[in-house]
Amino acid sequence: MADKGYLPKEKIKEFVEALGKDAAVYAPCLEGDTIIFRQYTPDKEISLDRPANTPPKGAIYPQCETLLSFEFKKDAATPQKMDVELKANTDFPKAVVFGGRPCDAKGFTVIDRVFVNTDTADPYYKKRRENTTIVTKCCNGPYAGCFCVGVGGGPASREGSDVVMTEVEGGYYLEAVTDKGKAVMSLPMIQDGSSYEAKAKQANEKATAAVRNPFPADAKISPELFDSGDFWERVVDKCLSCGACTFLCPTCYCFNITDEQAITTGERIRSWDSCMFQHFTLETSGHNPRPAKYKRFRNRVGHKFAYYPEKYDGAIACTGCGRCIRYCPVSVDISEIVGYLKDPKADPKQWAADKKDAKN
Amino acid sequence: MSTQKLKEIIKQVLPDVETVICWQEGFDKLNVTPIFITSPEQVDQVVWNPLCAQNLAGYLPSQKKKVAVAVKGCDSRTIVQYMQEGLIDRDNVVIIGIPCKGIVSKKKVQKAIGNEPVEDVTFTDGSIKVKTPSGEKTLSLADVCPTKCTSCQFPTPIVYDQLTADAIKSDKPAESVYADVVELEGKTLEERKAYFASQFDKCIRCYACRNACPMCVCQDSCIAETRDPHWITQKNSLDEKVMFHMIHALHLAGRCVECGECERVCPMEIPVAKLKKKINKEMKDLFDYTPGVNPEDKPPMYTFNVDEAKIKEHKL
Ligand code: SF4
Ligand code: SF4
Ligand code: SF4
Ligand code: SF4
Ligand code: SF4
Repeated sequence: MADKGYLPKEKIKEFVEALGKDAAVYAPCLEGDTIIFRQYTPDKEISLDRPANTPPKGAIYPQCETLLSFEFKKDAATPQKMDVELKANTDFPKAVVFGGRPCDAKGFTVIDRVFVNTDTADPYYKKRRENTTIVTKCCNGPYAGCFCVGVGGGPASREGSDVVMTEVEGGYYLEAVTDKGKAVMSLPMIQDGSSYEAKAKQANEKATAAVRNPFPADAKISPELFDSGDFWERVVDKCLSCGACTFLCPTCYCFNITDEQAITTGERIRSWDSCMFQHFTLETSGHNPRPAKYKRFRNRVGHKFAYYPEKYDGAIACTGCGRCIRYCPVSVDISEIVGYLKDPKADPKQWAADKKDAKN
Repeated sequence: MSTQKLKEIIKQVLPDVETVICWQEGFDKLNVTPIFITSPEQVDQVVWNPLCAQNLAGYLPSQKKKVAVAVKGCDSRTIVQYMQEGLIDRDNVVIIGIPCKGIVSKKKVQKAIGNEPVEDVTFTDGSIKVKTPSGEKTLSLADVCPTKCTSCQFPTPIVYDQLTADAIKSDKPAESVYADVVELEGKTLEERKAYFASQFDKCIRCYACRNACPMCVCQDSCIAETRDPHWITQKNSLDEKVMFHMIHALHLAGRCVECGECERVCPMEIPVAKLKKKINKEMKDLFDYTPGVNPEDKPPMYTFNVDEAKIKEHKL
């Protein structure tokens, strides 16, 4: 099987439909002005013009998923006794994530460390992940907020992808990254790509050079500044505690589990949660370990840039996709905040409440 | 320009308040972001231009001390409504009013420039010039303004303590305010259902619309998320999404100040303000009440009259 190929632009639809022969294809579809990953059907319009509003995360880790369904049943022999019947399903069809960006594909690798590469793997995520082939479109350049290069990725990064496609004249140069990807290359509409390889490499390099890099290389987070309540209060005073930044993030994986029951039947569902919500980790007792907005915000930044790297050999749980910046209602910029934390001259005193002006 | 005047006013009021809430440049030239000013050195960062879309009045109820806030004409309706509902202490707020000739919708600009990254933005009277890697594009402000500006009735703040420029009067007909609602009303029930279903289907229940809404006062106790009462599940089905939006819309009946924040902030580009405008239009017909225009008014849902002039049932 070849690991390089070329796909003319006009064959995209045919390609996607071929991928969909024995799999559910999730593709960025245009709905009004919004681009959303949807399960592709021929009535939908695929758009590769810009990164989708949502990452493709939901294709493998749905926003809401039934872990099990249950039904209370009377026991015929002893009528005063109730039995509960449980059903769980992890029999997921094969799937393809088509047209995500390198930051989106890398997002899955962040979640893999938590849900797959552990002794207590999550059967739902793991099964879907194994069943999914990821065909990624490299970016021609950065979009508002993007900083993938600053977190070790890039507009042509291969991490997490099975196939990467680079836009070249008249179509896309395809490169298989894994064996799963090589299988894709045998589809009939894929032509010989060797004459496009050099051009694609050039395009990748140009795109990579155009991405900003907001942190000094290898800089460490200042523990003193990280512990400063004044700093956090100051940088999040404008935040509205909504879930846009986390729900649009390709790496956020926090969830909530609720039983949604109607009389005798119901489902135990897992749905995305957000550390930006006030009731995140609110305990039944009423105690909330993160009662203040700044403490929850610190959790978001800390999780991605401090706690996760500590646990997983320095890997950062942010792929720099820029969505949380681009779509934040009040333009909170996580790269700016991490930039302050990684500034070698970071000094918590500058952020002290009585010296608030020192920030500027 | 009124930016200079705005900065002067901020410097002047700063000693009397804890914080001045205004706008500054954001992460790129197309974005502005709030600035919470506590010292004179910060004042230089203040900007005022058509990108200053955010309604900063929404921060007022959560402020503990005396603050000053910069508001456009439409934003001031939020303050008026807060006064009607007793949500702020007027003596603790210094209102810096900005007579406004219209703002731009960032989403419309981005669409017009093909979502390229923005290198620079400049304004000339009536237009915005945007520089991107593939060149410069000049757009007429009228083409990229949010819907609310096309029918703006209050370009000058209704309440203020200081004004950054001479007051201006609206040149838009009053009927234009609900033009989009009237258009929607002209469609059949099936068409309207299909329209809202296709829009709300995109919702990711991030609650940005709710949290950005200055009149959404429940916020963290919203019944869209409570388990008790358990009115909505956490499923992401269309039914649940619509239910959440119905709750938001109904809780805003006769309270929505039509600032458009809910719609501005929606990352999925859903026209969420439409439902609320429709209800406001009904409230106007029924109670002859427009939210956020007169501090002395009482919101209709805050009063109970046995006889309502326009509600026939009571006269049976
Ligand atoms: S999207 Fe912005 S406003 Fe909303 S929680 Fe995230 S940082 Fe705060
Ligand atoms: S934290 Fe922001 S920039 Fe980083 S991956 Fe998540 S959404 Fe993208
Ligand atoms: S509605 Fe009026 S006051 Fe508000 S931004 Fe538009 S023009 Fe300015
Ligand atoms: S519902 Fe929308 S338009 Fe109305 S007050 Fe709230 S944010 Fe503003
Ligand atoms: S901001 Fe948009 S996506 Fe988020 S909850 Fe509101 S309507 Fe849904």
